[in-house]
Amino acid sequence: MIIQKQKSLEEILKSLEGVQKVFLAGCADCATACKVGGTEELVEMKARLEAAGKTVTGTAVFDTACQQGAVRMKARENEAALAAADDIVCFACGTGSQTLQETLEKRTHPGAESMFVGQVHRLGKYSEKCATCGKCVLDRYEGICPVTRCAKGLLNGPCGGYKNGKCEVDPEKDCAWVLIYKEMEKRGKLDKMRKFEPAKDQSARHTPRAYVWPKRTPPPSQGAKS
Amino acid sequence: MSKLQQSLDAGHFTFTGEVGPPKGVDLTHVIEGAEAMKDKVAAINVTDIQTAVMRLGSLAVSAKLVERGMEPVFQMVCRDRNRLALQSDLLSAAVFGIENVLSITGDHIVKGDHREAKPVYDLDSVQLLKAMTTLEGGADMGKDFKGRPNKLEGAPKFFKGCVVTPCADFVEPQILKLEKKVAAGAQFCQTQAVYDPAAFETFMNEVRRRNITIPIMVGIVVVKGLGMAKYMNENVPGVVVPEAMMKELSETPKESAKAKAVEISARLIRAMKPMCQGAHIMPLGWDSLVPKIVDASA
Repeated sequence: MIIQKQKSLEEILKSLEGVQKVFLAGCADCATACKVGGTEELVEMKARLEAAGKTVTGTAVFDTACQQGAVRMKARENEAALAAADDIVCFACGTGSQTLQETLEKRTHPGAESMFVGQVHRLGKYSEKCATCGKCVLDRYEGICPVTRCAKGLLNGPCGGYKNGKCEVDPEKDCAWVLIYKEMEKRGKLDKMRKFEPAKDQSARHTPRAYVWPKRTPPPSQGAKS
Repeated sequence: MSKLQQSLDAGHFTFTGEVGPPKGVDLTHVIEGAEAMKDKVAAINVTDIQTAVMRLGSLAVSAKLVERGMEPVFQMVCRDRNRLALQSDLLSAAVFGIENVLSITGDHIVKGDHREAKPVYDLDSVQLLKAMTTLEGGADMGKDFKGRPNKLEGAPKFFKGCVVTPCADFVEPQILKLEKKVAAGAQFCQTQAVYDPAAFETFMNEVRRRNITIPIMVGIVVVKGLGMAKYMNENVPGVVVPEAMMKELSETPKESAKAKAVEISARLIRAMKPMCQGAHIMPLGWDSLVPKIVDASA
């Protein structure tokens, strides 16, 4: 999911300078799971913004904020409160914020930081495993992604910066290449360590990315040209 | 052919030194440093934005050394440039008469003084060596609209180097990667700092057992005192200053620090000389010590 954290009230108020009436939007998906934009958080944020002198015309947890259809549907249920607001504050990811602004044609301020696509170990502990590079390499590295989990995204083996299996960048983090090596060793696949991996095709990461099914159904075996 | 390549090819035990470009445009010290060591070394490495601390470029200082009749080893890290810039700088290097190039991953940006910068690492050090080899073959890494390799108007020629960390606490992946570097075109290797000849011998035995035959130059970081040794032990992965040397440093009065640095460096080189093909001396600013170390290690 998209791992998020709330922006500080100070940052939100700075963004809302000159804006009096706001509608607070959350999201039932990642933002709720990260305790950024669920029902509880919106109730709390409403109180804090009101204490800071803002008028909150309504709140709604969208299901989900990044889906235009779901946004339209929820907006209909909240038509009056949305109409009464000058702007929206969105407590969800940046895609959610921009989907709301574009779909509802109402200036939407970010209430959260979208940090990364991550794994949830438990509530409050998240880590990044996939950088959505668009060309998955997990097959070549025994299921451990060096693109994401090596701080330098190295594809041909480790740098000299690991110590006790940890990364030079952060001694709390595992060196992905030590993990990959040990996994290959365990599975008798060390030959894969010897294989030259050519420079990555980064074109699949050129932003802004878009993806459109050619015929409104997924392409056969998802084998579409990227 | 570069002097460095000639010397290694001829089987001479070969020395290289190293200078670090300044943070600014005053070349006085870096040129003085290079001048101080030039007669005792085959080539002088020029560090590339070392430890991610912004500085004058390796390419520019390497070109300035060539201009003054000295031979640089142009270090290239993968951290700051994508494949377009790396290949372009390689062509620029060739035009400036720079032959020795050294492919390095590069310390991460968190180690430096611009921690908010974006790391690049579009290529890794193996792919950069491959890119050098490709350029030498008259093509670049790109393709034309028909998918054919782009042809160069004039191909460069390099003496391509790589690095390895022989005293990494888990050395096997280092050796595997070294094999890949050689396969990608590496012709010589300079190592991370070594303070333990016995550990280096184990490493070299394994390297030779694997038929890695390129010349290997042991890395000697001139140890300036106990504080620096402690710092390296705690903070530099793959660099281990043994206990006995720590004791020796702790008993060295400040005014003898330089003499001790020469003594230790030369002793290390003498011990490892039979195991490898050269020594890469990294004086970290104590540039004038390099000739003394070379002489004392004879």
